[in-house]
Amino acid sequence: MKLNHAKAPVPAHIQVEDLTMSYGDVLIQRDLNFCIRRGDIFIIMGGSGCGKSTLLRHLIGLIKPAVGRIHYAAASFWEMDEQARNALLRKIGVLYQSGALWTAMTLAENVALPLQMYTDLPGPEIAELVSYKLSLVGLAGFEGYYPSEISGGMQKRAGLARAMALDPDILFFDEPSAGLDPVSARLLDDLILELSQSLGTTVVVVTHELASIFAIGNDSVFLDPVAKTMIAQGDPKTLLKQSDDPRVRRFLTRGEEQ
Amino acid sequence: MKNNKMLEITYPVETAAVISLSGDWSLAGESVSWSEFMQKLGGSQQPLEAISLTCRQPFNWDSRLLTFLRKLDDYADANEISLDTAGLPDGVQQLLHLSQVVPERSGVQGNPERNSMLQQLGEKTLGVVQEARLFTRFVGEWMIALSRFVLGRAKFRRSDFILFLQSAGADALPIVSLISILVGAILAFVGAVQLQMFGAEIYVANLVGLGTVREMGAMMTAIIMAGRTGSAYAAQLGTMQVNEEIDALKTLGISPMEFLVLPRSLALIIMLPLLCLWADVLGILGGVIVGVTLLDIALLEYLVQTQEAITLIDIAVGIIKSFIFAGVISLSGCLRGLQSGRNSSAVGNATTSAMVTAILLIVIWDALTTLIFNQLGI
Repeated sequence: MKLNHAKAPVPAHIQVEDLTMSYGDVLIQRDLNFCIRRGDIFIIMGGSGCGKSTLLRHLIGLIKPAVGRIHYAAASFWEMDEQARNALLRKIGVLYQSGALWTAMTLAENVALPLQMYTDLPGPEIAELVSYKLSLVGLAGFEGYYPSEISGGMQKRAGLARAMALDPDILFFDEPSAGLDPVSARLLDDLILELSQSLGTTVVVVTHELASIFAIGNDSVFLDPVAKTMIAQGDPKTLLKQSDDPRVRRFLTRGEEQ
Repeated sequence: MKNNKMLEITYPVETAAVISLSGDWSLAGESVSWSEFMQKLGGSQQPLEAISLTCRQPFNWDSRLLTFLRKLDDYADANEISLDTAGLPDGVQQLLHLSQVVPERSGVQGNPERNSMLQQLGEKTLGVVQEARLFTRFVGEWMIALSRFVLGRAKFRRSDFILFLQSAGADALPIVSLISILVGAILAFVGAVQLQMFGAEIYVANLVGLGTVREMGAMMTAIIMAGRTGSAYAAQLGTMQVNEEIDALKTLGISPMEFLVLPRSLALIIMLPLLCLWADVLGILGGVIVGVTLLDIALLEYLVQTQEAITLIDIAVGIIKSFIFAGVISLSGCLRGLQSGRNSSAVGNATTSAMVTAILLIVIWDALTTLIFNQLGI
């Protein structure tokens, strides 16, 4: 198991240091050490119940680590004062598994809320930005719709438009293709790839969809539910070719290679 | 025995049994009694060493056959008998194999430990203390948010606030009106029956007036609003919790306390005292209706008597109470909603628990204030 990166010069965007995650007495994962480089599409993968989503919730500051630290650029998330932490959160966009659109608001209001909260832009300019963000995800013209009036795939894309509202430096995706048909899932993958390339955004994706993992990921960490720690790290395509850990191979080949 | 045809046992040698299955072994068929089967199987003199299974047409089977075979397999294992299922259809053999291939994981079947009553009592008590601590902390956080609001730094949408004002105010008028009139009328009626014995019917006006303005107006509106609005708040926030909508707020650095709780609680704190005043007026109206129609008191006489009985302080007592009630209702609703688990039954529990907490605190607070005001002579 190689944990050191050969291509280190790119600056680390997120650095996870000795992270241990637990719910009360129940240990989820321990001794996680990895870094996410700026501009990468980083995959957090592993079997069901290994704590992928929990790791994501730690990375976006929803759960405080039991042990360890998470650094953004150079600052440790939980050691900042609240103002700095909120400023950092503004630079983070999250697409939740269910989309998590605010159901009492229209799509336009959903995307507009972060802008209203954190910018002093006048109404018409916000409306223009909203319409631009919605057009990026292929939802131009749906401004007045409520989340309940559109399909699951559209909700996810609208959630992405909201996540991008403040032009974030980092985008997090929690199981982006869950509940989508193969074509929609593929389209969402393409969208993630395009956005990352054109905006230079760092992207962190929690997923167990092999097709997505190989299509978009260029770095990853593999969590194992039994060992309760990370057992592999690196480009998923390289892992598929070179990893000699049977657990990783079994996962990456859908169990066809024992 | 009904299932003679379904199950035939022969003994080619003393220590081996051949069980031949036929007939309807489906969930729609007749059930096979395990104990009768065991009696039949005991027909051999020697202890069994092998059982083999075969089947004869007509033979119809589904999961019922498999449950029988699993039981038989367990029995064979326990008694060191070899079980041969080669004579059964391939499907049956495969399903039986599938159900055995992953052994039962030990410790998975939850073994709920029964604690002694004393221990349970202790745990419950600690739970109550913990609850009180949580509620206190929540009130503290709310106070901080309120101070930020006063300083103009709290962030929520004005349109949300206006919507909450409407739903906690104007929309509640019909139900509050109806119940207030009825409670006023009931008070008058119950009082009149007693007062008539002394020929003092006119004091019904005092009874209804004071009772409504000091106690019932505030209390009834509070209980109605706990059921109507407090539980709605819990359900709204609980559902938002399930949909990760609250996480989405947090990761944008928007405080749920400021964005969700503050507008809701402020709306109720503004509207509940107004509703309480309205309920006071209609409660007295209920008394008037009974007094004038059933007790033959002149309308003017009743009103003058009421006016003399009630002072502004009495009205203020009711209003002060309802301010606190509004805080209690909205905060317990919001707290339960935010505490809700991430599934639909948890939202239901949150709603119920919001109601119970609110009503409990309303009654405790009411008793306390009545005592305090009494001591102070107000």
